[in-house]
Amino acid sequence: MADAYIYDAVRTPRGKGKKDGSLHEITALSLATQVLEALRDRNGLDTSKVDDVILGCVSPVGEQGADIARTAVLNAGWAQTTAGVQINRFCASGLEAVNMAAAKVKAGEADFAVGGGVEAMSRVPMGSDGGAWPVDPSSAFSTYFVPQGVSADMIASKWGFSRDDVDAYSVESHKRAARSWEEGRFAKSVVPVKNQLGLVQLDRDETIRPATDMQTLGALNPSFAMMGEMAFDSVINQRYPEVERVNHVHTPGNSSGIVDGSAGVLIGSLEAGKALGLKPRAKIRGAASIGSEPSIMLTGPEFVTQKLLGKLGMTTADIDLWELNEAFAAVVLRYMQALDIPHDKINVCGGAIAMGHPLGATGAMITGVVLDELERSDKETALVTLCIGGGMGTATVIERV
Amino acid sequence: MENFKIDVDADGIALITFDVPERSMNTLTSGVMAEIPQWVERVKTDDAIKGAVLTSGKASGFCAGADLGDMASGMLGGADLQAAYDAGWRLNGALRALETCGKPVAAAINGLALGGGLELTLACHYRVAGDDPKIQLGLPEIKVGLFPGGGGTQRLTRLIGVQAAMMAMSEGKSFRPNDAKGAGIIHEVVAKGAEVEAAKAWIKNGGKAVQPWDEKSFKLPGGGPYHPAGIQNFLVGNAMLRKQSYGNYPAVLNLMKAVYEGVQVPMDAALRIETRYFIKTLMTPQAQGMIRSLFLSKQELDKGAVRPAGVPKSDPKKVTVLGAGMMGAGIAYVQAMAGIETILIDRDQEAADKGKAHVEELLKKRLSRGQLTQEKFDALLASVTATTDYDLIKGSDLVIEAVFENREIKAEVTKRAEAQLAADAVFGSNTSTLPITGLAEASVRPKNFIGIHFFSPVDKMMLVEIIMGEKTGQEALAKSLDYVMKIRKTPIVVQDGRGFYTSRCFGTYVAEGLAMLEEGYAPALIDNIGRMTGMPRGPLEMHDDVALDLSVKIAKQTKEDLGDAYQPLPGWKIVQTMVEDLGRYGRKNGKGFYDYDQKPKKLWSGLSDLAPVTINDSTPEMVEDQKRRLLYRQAVEVARCWEEGVIDDPREADVGAILAWGFAPWTGGPITMIDQIGLKAFVEQADAYAAKYGDRFSPPQLLRDMAAKGETFYGKFAGQKAAA
Repeated sequence: MADAYIYDAVRTPRGKGKKDGSLHEITALSLATQVLEALRDRNGLDTSKVDDVILGCVSPVGEQGADIARTAVLNAGWAQTTAGVQINRFCASGLEAVNMAAAKVKAGEADFAVGGGVEAMSRVPMGSDGGAWPVDPSSAFSTYFVPQGVSADMIASKWGFSRDDVDAYSVESHKRAARSWEEGRFAKSVVPVKNQLGLVQLDRDETIRPATDMQTLGALNPSFAMMGEMAFDSVINQRYPEVERVNHVHTPGNSSGIVDGSAGVLIGSLEAGKALGLKPRAKIRGAASIGSEPSIMLTGPEFVTQKLLGKLGMTTADIDLWELNEAFAAVVLRYMQALDIPHDKINVCGGAIAMGHPLGATGAMITGVVLDELERSDKETALVTLCIGGGMGTATVIERV
Repeated sequence: MENFKIDVDADGIALITFDVPERSMNTLTSGVMAEIPQWVERVKTDDAIKGAVLTSGKASGFCAGADLGDMASGMLGGADLQAAYDAGWRLNGALRALETCGKPVAAAINGLALGGGLELTLACHYRVAGDDPKIQLGLPEIKVGLFPGGGGTQRLTRLIGVQAAMMAMSEGKSFRPNDAKGAGIIHEVVAKGAEVEAAKAWIKNGGKAVQPWDEKSFKLPGGGPYHPAGIQNFLVGNAMLRKQSYGNYPAVLNLMKAVYEGVQVPMDAALRIETRYFIKTLMTPQAQGMIRSLFLSKQELDKGAVRPAGVPKSDPKKVTVLGAGMMGAGIAYVQAMAGIETILIDRDQEAADKGKAHVEELLKKRLSRGQLTQEKFDALLASVTATTDYDLIKGSDLVIEAVFENREIKAEVTKRAEAQLAADAVFGSNTSTLPITGLAEASVRPKNFIGIHFFSPVDKMMLVEIIMGEKTGQEALAKSLDYVMKIRKTPIVVQDGRGFYTSRCFGTYVAEGLAMLEEGYAPALIDNIGRMTGMPRGPLEMHDDVALDLSVKIAKQTKEDLGDAYQPLPGWKIVQTMVEDLGRYGRKNGKGFYDYDQKPKKLWSGLSDLAPVTINDSTPEMVEDQKRRLLYRQAVEVARCWEEGVIDDPREADVGAILAWGFAPWTGGPITMIDQIGLKAFVEQADAYAAKYGDRFSPPQLLRDMAAKGETFYGKFAGQKAAA
């Protein structure tokens, strides 16, 4: 079997996912299109050599519906022979797209494939695509469905993370993100989003608050207390009866932000790269996805990490940098606690609490972030993972070449 | 047709009068269900009929719903699924034919319409009810483990929206006519007696023969499951139902499934879906157990099923209550409500007055809700006399003693009261723990001495446990039962013994929580698992409610009584330390397993010093096992009571358990639970628990024998009844 290599990774900056966000006036298609254009233009890529473009998108309805990947390929002026497919593994869609692209290359089905994602959350709100899980009593009942925020609060309650713990984590995320921009750590891969006139609309992540502190964050109200007390606390408590009561610690300040953005990672075999004169930056060592308990929903990264490291014959000591999507602060704190990972090795450039989480794109975005950081700090190996709705985890290990 | 009568008037309106012969109340018997299609066909095809009005010929009400007796016998127990579906479809098919017959049909609701009774009217195009607060309109099926299966889940949701309909159906809530109109369930409220006239007027004024949901333009009020507003009803609704049911009641889940799936398709398909879920629900052990215990058995006990037949019926007119505390006052209140003249006696006038003040408080609540007139209120309050004077006892048919749980005090008041009593009057002790035979030693007429055990709060708790002392006579029993029936409580009769039936078995639940605590289970785990069994509260919080010092007192008394045979319960030392060294008495002093100084109460942080936690994690399998453990412990004790002759009627055992100490209602009661699990499987599991947790789980020989013979309690009981 061939190995799969990362040749390039680009991403848009993340715009605040509301009506007053800078990217609200840019279509989802345009975001995805600009990512594909950048991948082509930066690499002088003969797109006819790319077999498939796989884009994650979590709310594939309206303008994001009907296979936006294929639409973006055509809209970007790529070769019409390049196929496109939209996938949905909720929050890990972007990483799953990378993994599927890599798998196609490894299997010999594709010479080159793009894995990426797009989500214009200000334009197509979360949940727009419906879905049976929480709505159909058949599935909601038996799986103890609760909204993710309540799951995150249960993680904090069960493993003892206080409001101060999660807020402190958030302060650090903003600091790291701000420092990364200052030091130019993101410069290599962020492509400014252009508007209808071709002028720059946004060239920097829009939601970072470098000055935030414990006091500011401490003033925010818990986001999921009301919902929890209405009924959902009792539901998850029936699944985790060892907890006396859910402690609602998560707020908009220590949870991932709602944003618009897109990303893409160009993956190919060594031979295919050689033929086009491209230089590989990293090898995909392996990837995995797992299912975990759906009610607490967000503990999957721990288990997928164990599975993947086991499969690769590695231990946590072999990983130089960790990237776990900051869906909620407690998710990362629990991961660090469970796998004994020091804070200075994980999410070193900040994460979604500071910069936002454009659902379908994030996995591809943080793959690019950690690859840049491996190169900058001259380290070898990184593990990228995300917690996922429905109780899943997806992870990928990359290694510089 | 024997259940319906048709009269066509000069305007061509057919008045269909629903009147089931030889029944006090209309129900949807199989005969009724067979006749509905007949008159629907007549209305549809008879050219002389322009429209129809459906009303009841009974003063007792319009229709009380399905005949649960019929349903239990006709469709339960391993029936062929297709045959069961076909049987279930009979009503839905008939009602669908009714609403699509092409002619306007109005329901003139001249009395209560519940369950299938209301569903019958929902299939009419117009509903008018009499203005009478006594008329209840509702779908209470959920209370017996079922849900509305006569189109209710589909028609009510389409009438008033998913949220309001789910609330009405999942709580089994009833509406008065004006509220029902406000909610959109009925169209019109008119003066009582004018229902038929108003219904006819609607037809004459061009009433439309099409249901709203059969119109092309129909939109579900509030939206369906994938409508931006409607989605919340399901998202939150699903969670609410689990919160309330702990997943123990398949009816609740199937109700939601029928609504969710039904509102997404046209009415014909929706009714087929509802029928499937209804049959599925009807066939669950939970529905079978709940119908039997909570409806059929309870009704039998309420009507005096266990009353000795040979004794003439008595009617207690004057009853004295000794002790005007919460319990005594509560008893005085229910007596007043039943029209019994009450003498409420305590040691000093102040205490007696305080008791009467409590009666007044309870009566005022009814007054403020409009359930009593001022006149009636005054009369009822005046029927209670608060006094210290034992002479006033004279002429009482019955005395209920509700003083402190202390043998000496009880003996003294017994003597003083008996001095005033006629020879045939009954003396009932409302003790919860002291054996009646011992208390009866203070009596000069032990034949007329009996235990009449109420539960707190008396105005809400439906059960009364009657305890036969060794010497108690059948006449005293009969009179006590007549009294309990008069105050509209459900009686069970048990034989004497430590804790009788209810306190003894309930105690095992609380004690098992303590055992779990000693085994290292996290306190939150214990109480949450307890709640998840379907018991009203966890064992530790219930222990706090009962009072920890009381449980120390009882343990000491037991130790004294039993001597060397006494074996302290596991975890017992924890409670002793809490009470004797730390002054933690339970809820009553704000300190027990929980701290009560803030709301909601919080587990006491010092508990882990006394009971170190070693089990602070759970899996669903472990939780299931521990839920079963808590239920088994109680059921084994119930079986022991049976073996010892404390109790001998499965109906009393089951109804008593559910009503007295809240034994998980979804089981249908402990005896039903054992029967449904199967004696053999139950014995095996109990033996496994005994090996792991101790002899208290050992099944009595009775269960082993029954298992060996392949018997069940209800099977055996039916056999005995047939033989007798």
